[in-house]
Amino acid sequence: MSIYDVFLEGAKESFDFVLRMFPCMLAMVLGVNIFLKSGFLNFVFEFMDPLLKILQVPLEVLPLAFIRPISGSSSLAILSSILKKYGPDSFVGRMASIMQGSTDTTFYILTLYYGSVGIKKIKYSLIAGLGADLIGIIASLLLTNFFFS
Amino acid sequence: MVNKIWGFFIVVGVLFSFFTGKMDLINKEILDSCKTAFELVIEIFPVIALWLGIMKIARVSGLLKKFSKILEPLLHFIFPEIPKGHESLGYISSNMIANLFGLGNAATPFGLKAMNALQELNEKKEEASRSMITFLVLNTTGLTIVPTTIISMRMLYGSSNPTAVIFPCFLATLISTLAGLILDRILYYRSLSH
Repeated sequence: MSIYDVFLEGAKESFDFVLRMFPCMLAMVLGVNIFLKSGFLNFVFEFMDPLLKILQVPLEVLPLAFIRPISGSSSLAILSSILKKYGPDSFVGRMASIMQGSTDTTFYILTLYYGSVGIKKIKYSLIAGLGADLIGIIASLLLTNFFFS
Repeated sequence: MVNKIWGFFIVVGVLFSFFTGKMDLINKEILDSCKTAFELVIEIFPVIALWLGIMKIARVSGLLKKFSKILEPLLHFIFPEIPKGHESLGYISSNMIANLFGLGNAATPFGLKAMNALQELNEKKEEASRSMITFLVLNTTGLTIVPTTIISMRMLYGSSNPTAVIFPCFLATLISTLAGLILDRILYYRSLSH
């Protein structure tokens, strides 16, 4: 069998994947964007400010911690604004970098992969994914303190 | 679960915008979202086609089997339900290796093939199988040795030491990955007893 034909055969499979992915991506982007752009989270963060002062966590990293599992592009935008404002070598800049790297975009990954094979009941996937995210975020707070303060 | 969260996002988002007088912004956001979703899919489409083509060559040539051999003992421990020598193991290994080395673009098509192969083993086609959940937990925690995007972003903003975060970053993803795997096991056994 020729290697060229094998390549084409494999590449052709991409059509199915992309077609099955689109509706799920659309639903997810729509839900996430309406939620994030409404400003509801900022409203909640304002209430949490005193608590964070006690815990000595910079307020700037809180939106990042919340949005990291929900939207990859939004969390990168937040990281970039933190790096710009405080500098990449500041304590906050390092904490934000490590937080961004501590985990991946749970919602996006679950939507994409389950959507591609038509799974409807995802059982305990989201709890496991978000639980791991939470532990990753806490770990990045502790590790930044350990390595850089 | 997804049902509830998606509903929550939409209802809270719309109501909050309504009461803060930002309804016009939400209208615009709805249309923009359609465009964004389309662009996301279009962007990823050629990359998926490319890697699925390469993957097929790797499979036909037997390279994929070799890949899965390297990680087999580890994979067997993480995915006890996948029969030895099943083709999903090759795709899972490729996905994990691509993720480890920060090749996110290649990891996605491998992951899609892995899900497809796992779906063949799955008895209830609309329900996530145990192996699928474990596989996706591994992906959502994003275990990686070199976080390429973050380093390039730190360089962009003029860091004097952009790579300073590599080790703590690796530790953080390692911790979240191990936590994810443990949580996955616990939740699996709990779901059995229900």
